[in-house]
Amino acid sequence: MRPVLLIDFGSTYTKVTAVDTESETLLGTAASFTTIQTDINDGLNNALAMLEEKTGKLDFAARYACSSAAGGLRMIASGLVPELTAEAAKQAALGAGAKIAKIYSYDLTEDDVEEIDALKPDIFLLVGGTDGGNTATILNNAKMVATCKTDFPVVIAGNRSAARQCQRYLEGRETFVCENVMPKFGQLNIEPAQSQIRELFLRRIIQAKGLSRASELISGIMMPTPSAMMRAMQLLAEGTGEEAGIGELLALDVGGATTDVYSIADGMPQDAQTVYKGLPEPYVKRTVEGDIGMRYSIHGIVEAAGGIDRISRLSGIEAEKAQAMVDHLSEHTDEVPSNEEWEKLDFALAAMACETAARRHSGSTEEAYTMAGKVFVQTGKDLRPVRQIIVTGGSLIHTKRTGEIASHALFDPAEPMSLRPMKAQVLVDRSYILAAMGLLAEYEPQVALHIMKKELIPDGYQE
Amino acid sequence: MEKKKLVIGVIGADVHAVGIQILYHAFSDAGFDVTNLGVMVSQEEYIAAAIETKADAIVISSLYGQGELDCRGMREKCDEAGLKGILLYVGGNIVIGKQDFNEVEKRFKAMGFDRAFGPGTAPETTIAALKEDLGVEA
Repeated sequence: MRPVLLIDFGSTYTKVTAVDTESETLLGTAASFTTIQTDINDGLNNALAMLEEKTGKLDFAARYACSSAAGGLRMIASGLVPELTAEAAKQAALGAGAKIAKIYSYDLTEDDVEEIDALKPDIFLLVGGTDGGNTATILNNAKMVATCKTDFPVVIAGNRSAARQCQRYLEGRETFVCENVMPKFGQLNIEPAQSQIRELFLRRIIQAKGLSRASELISGIMMPTPSAMMRAMQLLAEGTGEEAGIGELLALDVGGATTDVYSIADGMPQDAQTVYKGLPEPYVKRTVEGDIGMRYSIHGIVEAAGGIDRISRLSGIEAEKAQAMVDHLSEHTDEVPSNEEWEKLDFALAAMACETAARRHSGSTEEAYTMAGKVFVQTGKDLRPVRQIIVTGGSLIHTKRTGEIASHALFDPAEPMSLRPMKAQVLVDRSYILAAMGLLAEYEPQVALHIMKKELIPDGYQE
Repeated sequence: MEKKKLVIGVIGADVHAVGIQILYHAFSDAGFDVTNLGVMVSQEEYIAAAIETKADAIVISSLYGQGELDCRGMREKCDEAGLKGILLYVGGNIVIGKQDFNEVEKRFKAMGFDRAFGPGTAPETTIAALKEDLGVEA
């Protein structure tokens, strides 16, 4: 046996997962409250004690951790045109596992500077202009950021012609120059900025947040939790050199405050009648819906569903009562369903969370009639050919109706413009190990892939 | 000297994809840095691309006869977006039917276009005009 410990320091819970990398099996999981205020090791030790109660004493060969504690990795970015470089900056930050506090486009103002100071980002991403293109905005924005009172590092990934000048304007602050996130019009190049962000997260943010005390015990905090999740999904889709993955997929992580969606899929137009518009999206794409969550953002779900009536219809609970229950949950965010009626409400909420988050993540199409006949104009990713949906998050893994909930993320004939998967196998992360497997993937991808394939349970739901 | 930058594309609900490719190659070969937006391009897309790339000119193609409607307000939108004075060209079958092209040209110039080119214009003609207007030595 070669036990390895994988730790996820979450904002609320510290989750531990033990695996045996020799037999490629999951040994057990446990969770305890995160103790960032006092000593982060207290929570970890509590969780470990709970784990070892189940598994017996384990002599770990390695311990790896990811973290979204202490607010996670909070970023602000500024770009030029909202749909172009500002969007590229957003994709870069999300893909690096960041929480986005704000995205600015065009020229930053004095008011914006005050807002940035109030938001206190961990990292600022400064972009704008294609290489050889506009320099005025990024230069102005570098000057404005230089007047911020709070201390944060700045990653410069815009028009290369302006990079050095931006650095000079930002003297006294830690700055890093990367390749442009959009070097040519419509060309996304977010990996260099992402690896710089990750390097900064490891070297600087972990320490600033008091997470480094944990590192005596463990081999290090390797990445923000969303990055681990993304890594797990990419490994599951692609497989390793030796073994194939399960192919293109869509993954939904419905949490209490936010819903994260990942797609590992090409998503480009499939026929000659379709014209693609807008910035091409990354093959590994992450979106975060800050207003969609089962408790803290419960009102956002209702709003996105177009009001309580839809929740009422889906749950079978009369509208007025459903509204009262929703209001109650928004106040009592730690409550889990205690009887059948509460379960029905959570079912409706989770279904709407999946539908909304999948709709926002997926691309859309529009019919247009031209002299040459009917054509389709596509923006964003076409996920209709995707055949696998992975689901995780408390409300989806602790219910029997997971497949039924997840089916709301599928293509809806009543809404044919939304390019969601036509039909899909639903795989459930019942043992809640995906982030841990993303961490393990860094060292033993083959083992992580095998454990995921074993532990993700197909849901038998049929339409 | 730095290459002059162009943004090109076919405006409106027009899907004539071949001509714009030919123009892309012709303009690139003539020494311009060309951003080709392809077909079915909206006014906003030309403008957004011109801002990010700091383009010197926007060259609009239209082959399906609806160009006059599609191009209306383009100059005003450029002004609004801070692209004051950017060179604006339009060319192709920009109006319906056999109209006197001098009249057509007048109307497009009144809309703020620097030049308008009629059906059958060779790329070389446009290239020569671009070089002249952008002060590129031949």
